[in-house]
Amino acid sequence: MNRIQNCFSRTRAAGRPAFVAYLTMGFPSLAASEKAADTLLSSGADILELGVPFSDPVADGAVIRAAAYAALEQGVKLADVLALAARLRAKHPDAPLVVFSYYNVLYAHGLERFADEAAAAGVDAVLVVDLPLEERDELLAVLRPRGLTFVPLVAPTTSVERAAASAKGLEDSFLYVITVKGTTGARAELPPELKDRLATLRAAVDVPIAAGFGVSTREQAAMIGEVADGFVVGSALVKALEKDGTLHAEDLRYY
Amino acid sequence: MKKGHYGPYGGQYIAETLMTPLRELEAAYEDAKADPAFQAEFREILRDYVGRESPLTFARRLTERLGGARIVLKREDLNHTGAHKVNNTIGQALLARRMGKKRLIAETGAGMHGVATATVAALFGMPCEVYMGATDVARQAPNVARMKMLGATVHPIEEGGATLKDAMNEAIRDWIANCDDTFYVIGTVAGPHPYPAMVRDFQSVIGTEARRQMLEKFGKLPDQAIACVGGGSNAMGLFAGFLDDPGVRLVGVEAGGKGIATGEHAASICGGRPGVLHGSKTYLLQTDDGQILDTYSVSAGLDYPGVGPEHAYLADTGRAEYVPVDDAEAVAAFDALCRYEGIIPALESSHAVAEAIKRAPHLPGDAILLVNLSGRGDKDMDNVLAWKAAHPPVPAL
Repeated sequence: MNRIQNCFSRTRAAGRPAFVAYLTMGFPSLAASEKAADTLLSSGADILELGVPFSDPVADGAVIRAAAYAALEQGVKLADVLALAARLRAKHPDAPLVVFSYYNVLYAHGLERFADEAAAAGVDAVLVVDLPLEERDELLAVLRPRGLTFVPLVAPTTSVERAAASAKGLEDSFLYVITVKGTTGARAELPPELKDRLATLRAAVDVPIAAGFGVSTREQAAMIGEVADGFVVGSALVKALEKDGTLHAEDLRYY
Repeated sequence: MKKGHYGPYGGQYIAETLMTPLRELEAAYEDAKADPAFQAEFREILRDYVGRESPLTFARRLTERLGGARIVLKREDLNHTGAHKVNNTIGQALLARRMGKKRLIAETGAGMHGVATATVAALFGMPCEVYMGATDVARQAPNVARMKMLGATVHPIEEGGATLKDAMNEAIRDWIANCDDTFYVIGTVAGPHPYPAMVRDFQSVIGTEARRQMLEKFGKLPDQAIACVGGGSNAMGLFAGFLDDPGVRLVGVEAGGKGIATGEHAASICGGRPGVLHGSKTYLLQTDDGQILDTYSVSAGLDYPGVGPEHAYLADTGRAEYVPVDDAEAVAAFDALCRYEGIIPALESSHAVAEAIKRAPHLPGDAILLVNLSGRGDKDMDNVLAWKAAHPPVPAL
């Protein structure tokens, strides 16, 4: 079993959903990201998604876009994100680390070189927001031989059959279910049909499912937790860092 | 070749939310393409509303002045709305109506595609929202006014370099959020499959007409077919008519801006390398780290850091060649066409004219250079005057 599988075994045994936390690396600084990631992994988050800043984040809402632009202003590169991952790995030997990126950044770095460096840094999985089922083989071909897995995305427009096809062969990973039609960012209300959809998906696939986009409150996390294996909080954490660059206890209470 | 791919280029590198809408679009387009009633309505609107076919004009005085190959212009500038863009927006609006979509969105650079989308939205009675970089809103004010006059809402985008790529980012975000009832009218042969193929097909009327007109009027095919390339829709439309004619050289002209060496240009093939943006794998202007660069060109319509994936493929295979023309050369060609032919061309199209002016003197008098005059230049008056005020005079032809 890899770290992701172990993680979901642990949270299931504890009778709670896994808390998947997203941070844009380099916002407000690399040092602040490292400290926030450390705080999260020490105080309740189970899985960390390390967001790689990109100049054209078409899937992101205003909060994460602004964070990405700020990180790029400081010259944050993929190599910095991987170096940070390696330092987190040293401190948190069991925590699953997921590199969360747009494809061009990985492609420009060189896919093989990226996979080598990610594996060496102790990264477990890669999530690419603009790499659907039809295009992912090129990346999987370099990840799999190095023991890395891939996190497929499922959207509100995705059929159950397609979701199952996306999860196939990635039983050592989890399925990231996008809750809303739209970009990342906190929503006051999640779609009323979300719970049913999560239950249907969970029955249809053999991998854990975690739901994200729009999740910003403990109530939303609890609702998702009733039918999914995990919930993802991203923009709300990034937003919390806008204040003083530090996560406080009240920013971490999601279960 | 894998469906939707052009060699290693093209594909569907896009958010999962859009994959199902893209499949629906692909199915609807394949269905429409094979439906004679759809094709007949498309052709009828092109004839009765756009004013097709657009003529070929022999640029007699310009040719005589240069003393070499004959320069022949395909007059897309004479289309309703003043550019080739409307060929595509009519096709996509017909498809949107067929799919039961209620709302059109578009990105625009120079504003010609925005105007063409706003036009068909009015024609078909659909609401229309256009995303446009704030920089372009400022330098293409006449087109912003036209879009508003036609009933469209224009959203200025302040992010990034505030030009075409930033507008396209925001249009994609709108589509992700509203894909149930919204049709995204992409203005060029870029984006995820099926857009590059669909836009090429709608624009191929340019090349199909031009090929027939060449044979009728000159009894031969052109030696070279020349068109400017931003995203590359007017070029792909022209090239489509001649891809199977190996004797016709296909020449794409990219925006060299202040010169490729300065880094301030928009020449993705001449100065970029392969990457992934806006749904396609293609040549991109980017940093070593894969961050997309802001582009520069005097012409807003060419100011895009990518290029249609089929152009990337044609470049790699050598079927088409791609060359840069800089701002000064484009402005000189703009002047030349005004003074020698009485035609005020779009600054975008002026890049293609400039390449023809470079080539003609080196070719024999029986050779023909077919230039796609993709748009008219009324929108560019202020830009040309401002550019001239800021630069040393360009030598008059």
